[in-house]
Amino acid sequence: MKENKTPRRPGPGHGPGMAPAEKAKDFKSAITRLVKELKSFRVLIILSLFLAVSGSILSIFTPNILSNLTDEITKGLVVNEKNLKELSTSISSSLSEEKMNNVMQDVLQMNLSQSNIINIMSSPEISDEDKSNFQNIINNANNENMLKDISNLPDSILQILFKDSNYNDNLITTRDKILFLKSLNNKDNINIPNSIANIIFDDIEINNTNISKNDQAVFISLMGNVDENTKPQELYGKIDKMPDSIKKVIKPFMDIEKIKQIALFLLILNLLSAVFTYIESISMTDVANKFARKLRSSISKKINKLPLKYFDNTTTGDTLSRVTNDVDTIAQSMNNSLATLVSAITLFVGTTIMMFVTNWIMAITAILASLIGFIFMFMVLGKSQKYFVQRQEELGNLNGHIEEIYSGLNVVKAYNGKKESDKKFMELNKKMYNANRKSQFLSGLMMPMMNFIGNFGYVAVCIVGALLTMNGKISFGVIVAFISYVRLFTSPLAQIAQAMTSLQSTAAASERVFEFVDEEEMDNQTSITRVLDKTKVKGNIEFKNVTFTYDGNDNPTINNFNATAKQSQKIAIVGPTGAGKTTMVNLLMKFYEITKGDILIDGVPIKELSRENIHDLFTMVLQDTWLFNGTVKENIIYNRENISDDRIKEVCKVVGLDHFIKTLPNGYESVISDNDSVSAGQRQLLTIARGMIEDSPFLILDEATSNVDTRTEELVQKAMDKLTEGRTSFIIAHRLSTIKNADLILVMKDGNIIEQGNHDELMDKNGFYADLYNSQFEL
Amino acid sequence: MLKLIKNFNKKEWCLVLISFLLIFMQVWLELKMPDYMSEITKLVQTEGSKIQDIIINGGLMLLCAFGSLLSAVVVGYFIANLSSSFSMKIREKLFHKVESLSINEVKQFSTNSLITRTTNDITQVEMLIGMGLQLLVKAPITAIWAVTKILNKNWQWSAITGVAVVILLSVIGCLMLIVMPKFKIVQKLIDKLNGVTRENLTGIRVVRAFNAEKYQEEKFEEVNNKLTKQQLFNQKAFAIMSPIMYMVMNGLTLAIYFVGSYLIRDALMVDKLSLFGDMVVFSSYAMQVIMSFLMLAMIFMMLPRAQVSASRINEVLDTEITVKDGTLDKNITDEVGTVEFKNVSFKYPDAEEYLLKNISFKANKGETVAFIGSTGSGKSTLINLVPRFYDATSGEVLVDGVNVKEYKQEFLYNKIGYVPQKAVIFNGTVTSNVSYGDNGKEKNELQIKEAIRVAQATEFVEKMDEKYDSHLAQGGTNISGGQKQRLSIARAIARNPEIYIFDDSFSALDYKTDSILRHELKKYTKDATSLIVAQRIGTIMNADKILVLDNGTCVGMSTHKELLKSCEVYKQIALSQLSKEELANEGK
Repeated sequence: MKENKTPRRPGPGHGPGMAPAEKAKDFKSAITRLVKELKSFRVLIILSLFLAVSGSILSIFTPNILSNLTDEITKGLVVNEKNLKELSTSISSSLSEEKMNNVMQDVLQMNLSQSNIINIMSSPEISDEDKSNFQNIINNANNENMLKDISNLPDSILQILFKDSNYNDNLITTRDKILFLKSLNNKDNINIPNSIANIIFDDIEINNTNISKNDQAVFISLMGNVDENTKPQELYGKIDKMPDSIKKVIKPFMDIEKIKQIALFLLILNLLSAVFTYIESISMTDVANKFARKLRSSISKKINKLPLKYFDNTTTGDTLSRVTNDVDTIAQSMNNSLATLVSAITLFVGTTIMMFVTNWIMAITAILASLIGFIFMFMVLGKSQKYFVQRQEELGNLNGHIEEIYSGLNVVKAYNGKKESDKKFMELNKKMYNANRKSQFLSGLMMPMMNFIGNFGYVAVCIVGALLTMNGKISFGVIVAFISYVRLFTSPLAQIAQAMTSLQSTAAASERVFEFVDEEEMDNQTSITRVLDKTKVKGNIEFKNVTFTYDGNDNPTINNFNATAKQSQKIAIVGPTGAGKTTMVNLLMKFYEITKGDILIDGVPIKELSRENIHDLFTMVLQDTWLFNGTVKENIIYNRENISDDRIKEVCKVVGLDHFIKTLPNGYESVISDNDSVSAGQRQLLTIARGMIEDSPFLILDEATSNVDTRTEELVQKAMDKLTEGRTSFIIAHRLSTIKNADLILVMKDGNIIEQGNHDELMDKNGFYADLYNSQFEL
Repeated sequence: MLKLIKNFNKKEWCLVLISFLLIFMQVWLELKMPDYMSEITKLVQTEGSKIQDIIINGGLMLLCAFGSLLSAVVVGYFIANLSSSFSMKIREKLFHKVESLSINEVKQFSTNSLITRTTNDITQVEMLIGMGLQLLVKAPITAIWAVTKILNKNWQWSAITGVAVVILLSVIGCLMLIVMPKFKIVQKLIDKLNGVTRENLTGIRVVRAFNAEKYQEEKFEEVNNKLTKQQLFNQKAFAIMSPIMYMVMNGLTLAIYFVGSYLIRDALMVDKLSLFGDMVVFSSYAMQVIMSFLMLAMIFMMLPRAQVSASRINEVLDTEITVKDGTLDKNITDEVGTVEFKNVSFKYPDAEEYLLKNISFKANKGETVAFIGSTGSGKSTLINLVPRFYDATSGEVLVDGVNVKEYKQEFLYNKIGYVPQKAVIFNGTVTSNVSYGDNGKEKNELQIKEAIRVAQATEFVEKMDEKYDSHLAQGGTNISGGQKQRLSIARAIARNPEIYIFDDSFSALDYKTDSILRHELKKYTKDATSLIVAQRIGTIMNADKILVLDNGTCVGMSTHKELLKSCEVYKQIALSQLSKEELANEGK
């Protein structure tokens, strides 16, 4: 339920790198300063930047290697052209016309004897048409194509013409002969029977593989009808049907060993790049966080070195936001952007070079394709900047209004301010809606546009690549490589833009941090040697012509003030708000340096004493009861050492806190936090106890004006009285009882002590004090 | 979360539906692209393919890409409109709800929490709708679609992709398990760091007065070191994410190609080419699958945060309003300017103890009734029952003779001029602050100047650069506490109400101003009734009636003089502030 509210500052917007960066006043000097401060982390930064660069270089080479891998795999798709050619030539040489004519006569032993011819012509099973065809062929004997012509004759005729015969002791059947003859004429259906194949083919040996005569016969039967118009798909189907010996020779050759090697190499690169990235980010994280710690430390230390006047002009929120938001911005951008920027630039430059090295036409294509996209994108996004600024502003306005109305809700209700606030809310909400809608839409465009640019580059590279591949200028692998290059090339551009934006806000943040760290510190006190021992100080204070002017004010806040306080006296300072009462305290404590005049402690000017020494002499209890998150005991002891528990209890008894503390759940160990049930009065008592725990000769007391319930007030009063015992006390008094008992009353108005004396003296004077005193009884 | 989404109207649901369809189309187009890619690959691979075919396929692919860009732009436009109008609506609803909450409910939530709920929490939910809705739809569709495209291609590749997804998801899962709880620790440490710094800054005078600079620095260093250590642990653990992601993604492509080379080698010649095309396509689908799983993982990181925010918003929206508006908007009795409590008791709804018990009194027209008592005696609560910041648990609070519950709130408030304990200053000018609110009457410049004069604010207002038109910052940070309080009183005076309620409003003023102010006020508001809560006896001494409260009961009701004699509690309070003689003197 409890939220921690850190000061609001326009936070990061929606899209990455889209929100307008808070601009540094002087970007260059801010970055120079940052670099200077980072000097002690030099080694780690250089290491991680080196690793970032190496990682990028590795990823630049990866596409090329991947392209090699693809090329290797592609080799496994292409038929071994050389072997195929060799095979076809040797096989077709076996089938040359000459050989055919010579060998075939002997092999086929066509019987054209008269008796056979008569047999045919008289056979009742043969049609007249076939008979006349046969007649024609016979008449044209010696024709070179006679064998072919004969093969066109029907089986019935051929069976008579070709009878089983022997060739070189091999029986060649009629069927075989017919099959062979038919093959001669029909390329689509070549079927050379083994018996004949054995005769016409010689064994071929390609790459140590013997291809048998039969296998050659199968090859020829499959490849018979292959010509230029044959589709590759069909051709590959035929290859699958080939005998193993031929497949072995002409099948695509994939060098698995080489692929393994490349894959392993890629794997190693991949691993290496991952390890680089990891080490890089780890060391950068280390640097970023340790640097952040250093910055935070120096801010924290600085807080206590600044003069109080600094804090008069700045809000707590402002300093807080430097410690958290600004330091965080710096750390984050160091963690993310620095290495990203370096590796993105490396990637960008490297990819460009690699692309040109690989193929300049493709390189220009890729760069043009992505640049066109990017120019378009930046044009759109450039216009969107104003919407982001607008969105931040509207958000701020709206949140401001909500905060205002919620925290003043009782007034809004009781004054019927609802209508007014609703009207304003609706107006702001509508404005917010419009700005939000536009900025969200535009930041949402980033991703799809990036995708499109990527795809556009892809297609461009593919088309140009394909053109080049067809002309044989590049291999397919180059296209694959370029597909990766386009990706590698487009991503760093976006990253660089993003990193630059974050660098901007880093510069602004570091400017603010260093502005604080470089703020002018309090005067150096090393020359001060005088020390007043608090146990020996008597407790006399003298103001001598003290004049004090706040920086930038024309009129002095304290003007020529003279007064003397003796040992153990009680001095009350009264006067209306803004009269300069608090300023007196600040001067006494040397929170501010006196402009003119002097304050003397036991005759020693405070200018000659160190601040620590003076603070040591004073106990101070202020109106704004300052307690921190810690136990009761811790709050009372605070920074003092060697305080026994008994002493604490004693003090608490004196102050009247004892009973209250006993009612707390854990007694002295109970934790006090902001929204506790510890009332204002009890808080006041706790601070009094804190002041009382150590004795000092002087006391400064700022009485609370309000919010203390009357009963506790009584306790506080008593405790304060105890506190003033035996000390020279300065009390900014609101209670009349306190004032009346004072040894000296200083009545202040507009920076001047207009009256001083004790109560009775002042009442007799019937001046400002008497007026002030009497006013409380009137209504 | 779902409950909030129910706030969409028909038109918006229509937009959602169209967006879904468009996202569907987008995914379809995006998944179509690899097909063209493979076609292009095949064409490039095979000899003799025509350049036209490549250009046609490339053109088709570009068309797909452009189509997906176009639908992404349209979806983006719809979603941007949708999420902004959603957040606008919820913000409005929440704002109105908070406005109608009773002070008690506001207290329970705490103002700060209500502010964050109306601002940050709504932004969280809006972001989920803006980015998450798209991803939430797109990622699963892409994942499932791409998986189906992949599955029937080849089991080996599918298995590899599966392994890659499992590795990635388990790495992310482990990191989430380890680091997520630590993020809370970091947040706490940052709060603590802020706390220590704030402590040092707000207590800077004390720190210096006690020479405790070192002590504070050490305290800071301790938190600083712890924070740095925790941050280092978290960020170093997270640093492993990106390398592993890239490694898995690159490794996946490599593995697909490597396995692919074996598959191609062993395949029939006919299948080789298509297998190669498949391989190229598969690797891009596999990327899509991985990406969509990463997107899903991202949503699951976003979802819990938005869920928490959503439930915090709902918590407020579901709060039942306890103070219900009445209907009466005109006077029905002759009484004017009277406030009467009849046996009023009050306790917080869930509390056991009564804060106020059986309070009865009546303030007549022109009377001043004061309330005094120690902290926790219930005086503030009592006075807050009149403007219905709380409602009495039993008994009746009557204004002008009518129970306050019966009045329309607007009408009731027009009778009242309420000045809170803590002055509220709105961002604006002096004039706009004093004339704040609506009481059915016009306030002219003269009245405002007069109100400022009565409230003793003229002097400092006239000293300001722009006088009555001077700018006041929100919360009045550019003026002092006393000045704020005076303007806040002037605001009540400007309303010219029947009844004034001062809830400890004078304590920030010094005695003198306090006295003059009350004097002027008395003169100015002769006819008005005043209810005053105060700490100082001086402030209320001259009241017509003083109620002394102790632990919620009224232990005395009379005038100052009478009470001094009869009421022990009052006497104690008086004695702690004024000496005996002063008390005796007072009558003179």
